[in-house]
Amino acid sequence: MTADASRGAQAPPELVQLLTPEGERVEHPDYDIDLTPEEIRGLYRDLVLVRRVDLEAVALQRQGELGIWASLLGQEAAQIGSGRALTDADMAFPTYREHGVAWCRGVDPVNLLGLFRGVNHGGWDPAEHNFHLYTIVIGSQTLHAVGYAMGIQRDGAVGENGAATIVYFGDGATSQGDVNESFIWASVFNAPVVFFCQNNQWAISEPLEKQSRIPLYRRASGFGFPGVRVDGNDVFACLAVTRQALKNAREGQGPMLIEAFTYRMGAHTTSDDPTRYRVQDELEAWKLKDPIERVRAYMFKNQLADQEFFDKIEAEADELGKDVRRRCLEMPDPEPLAIFEHVYAEPHRLMDEERARFAAYFAGFESEESSR
Amino acid sequence: MTTLTLAKALNEGMRKAMEDDSKVLVMGEDVGKLGGVFRVTDGLQKDFGEERVIDTPLAESGIIGTAVGLALRGYRPVCEIQFDGFVFPAADQIITQLAKMPLRSLGTLRLPVVVRIPCGGGIGAVEHHSESPEAYFTHTAGLRVVACSNPADAYTMIQQAIRCDDPVIFFEPKRRYWEKAEVDTSTQEGWHPFDRARVVRPGADVTLLAYGPMVKTCLEAATAAEEDGRSLEVVDLRSLNPLDTPTVVESVRRTGRCIVVHEAPVFGGFGAELAARITEECFYSLEAPVLRVGGPSTPYPPSRLEEHYLPDLDRVLEAVDRAFAF
Repeated sequence: MTADASRGAQAPPELVQLLTPEGERVEHPDYDIDLTPEEIRGLYRDLVLVRRVDLEAVALQRQGELGIWASLLGQEAAQIGSGRALTDADMAFPTYREHGVAWCRGVDPVNLLGLFRGVNHGGWDPAEHNFHLYTIVIGSQTLHAVGYAMGIQRDGAVGENGAATIVYFGDGATSQGDVNESFIWASVFNAPVVFFCQNNQWAISEPLEKQSRIPLYRRASGFGFPGVRVDGNDVFACLAVTRQALKNAREGQGPMLIEAFTYRMGAHTTSDDPTRYRVQDELEAWKLKDPIERVRAYMFKNQLADQEFFDKIEAEADELGKDVRRRCLEMPDPEPLAIFEHVYAEPHRLMDEERARFAAYFAGFESEESSR
Repeated sequence: MTTLTLAKALNEGMRKAMEDDSKVLVMGEDVGKLGGVFRVTDGLQKDFGEERVIDTPLAESGIIGTAVGLALRGYRPVCEIQFDGFVFPAADQIITQLAKMPLRSLGTLRLPVVVRIPCGGGIGAVEHHSESPEAYFTHTAGLRVVACSNPADAYTMIQQAIRCDDPVIFFEPKRRYWEKAEVDTSTQEGWHPFDRARVVRPGADVTLLAYGPMVKTCLEAATAAEEDGRSLEVVDLRSLNPLDTPTVVESVRRTGRCIVVHEAPVFGGFGAELAARITEECFYSLEAPVLRVGGPSTPYPPSRLEEHYLPDLDRVLEAVDRAFAF
């Protein structure tokens, strides 16, 4: 049985867009952005480089060097736009697909691969980059972000020169209890947090209509804070909207939900086969809205860069891809006894006992080898 | 020395921890103005303010999830789960995030979060208010699990839990909240180590292993057994993970008999872990198999039946008889 969509029907959703898919700059009554040519070239470079890292990671998985990879293809503008809106003091909480945000936070792309190669569960220091570890359980990190934001409040770090948190999650996550609880907590405590939902239309095989009967950004009003839908393939709009939301949060105006309307161009992960559940036409339609092509078109039209610039970025991307590949292959497997490391911060009898037992067991093999 | 109930001893312990460290926060449902449904946090919000003693929305996953975030920002949250049976909505945050994030971070992150859970039955409550969920958490690597059994331990152990850089599941025996004893609140020195068991009554014939609410029951059983000429040693485990194996093993090797007593259902319970470990470590000292006394392997019954469900003095003594019959 399907729901009667006419019940509770509202006005059609509005979309904040500053750059059309054809590369035309358009105005929006509430949001604007003033970028220098240098800044625009910087955004273009970010978009191209993270797409290249992603492509390399997919290839590494296909060659058996990564166990799995969650591609960001198609979501570059949402991630770079929002990621470049952050200040150093802001804290970001990602899902497992935020490779573009990681790039903006200065995390070495190779460190993202450890988790997918299976050499660790997370290979960077979150405090060094103000970029938390990837969270795999859907939506759990939204509560961590709100708690962190409550800590910012308690540190007196709201107001002028304040800090905020941003938390990333997908359309599927909006059905999770934790996400809804995080909305409630952020609302009643007026926490400085921006909820950045990348609605990429698909939660593995389930389309958006399995998660929601209303546009996701409209859920915010029920929780008591503003929500907005932004063109998630428009890096200018994502930057402008996120910048404003973070500024409001830092100044003590509370949370906001941003729904970045985008599309997952690839599979959910390299283990997935989208041909089983979605049609090619849909993909073709979204290809015309590509987040990188529109910036390139805009730059060409406005003579913000010449062919030499684009060639240079391509060459840099190729170098980065090669470098990521080389260093991925060099990643050593951890020592077996690393299993027992970092489980507890303080001494723990059981860890000591079992580590010693396994060490003796492993050593038995070594002495057998050497006696041969 | 001051005479305190177990609830008040916890309250005083938290108060001391909050005075000592401004990063310590208390959070949970009704912990502020009301002072918690058992009044364990009574007066803390009045003295430390709403920023440090936080009445949260009614969402247990939210309590633990935001506590994780606060800990990431440098705070030391002490979360109250109102009743044992209400911890399950928070189970995901506890098991997948709180317990595992430090490992995930390769040691760069520490989560000094305390989860206080009033546990066990015996108060005539409705469903979900009398459970003993400790085995779910002792089975989860990354958590420390402790249980206090008396006011003096309650006072020190809650402070040790708050100071600990690991997440701690802290079980409080709710039917013992109102029992009084002498507590030394004057010193921070010479406290029993946080992860060690304690022999609370020495004996020669049988070792009774208990924690939380069953320690008192075992002490009563030991007194009664004395009249029959049997000398029972009672060990209060205090810490379930890590387990103080040396203290347990030393006791059982000496007595040759061991009975584990807990309220939780026996099947797959914490007593099974104890029985297996003791069998491995004390095989040649045992005069009888390790026996377990606990709840039936059923859901907790309606309160009119709980006196039949909960282990009591007679059930413990019956097990002692069985241990001697081998």
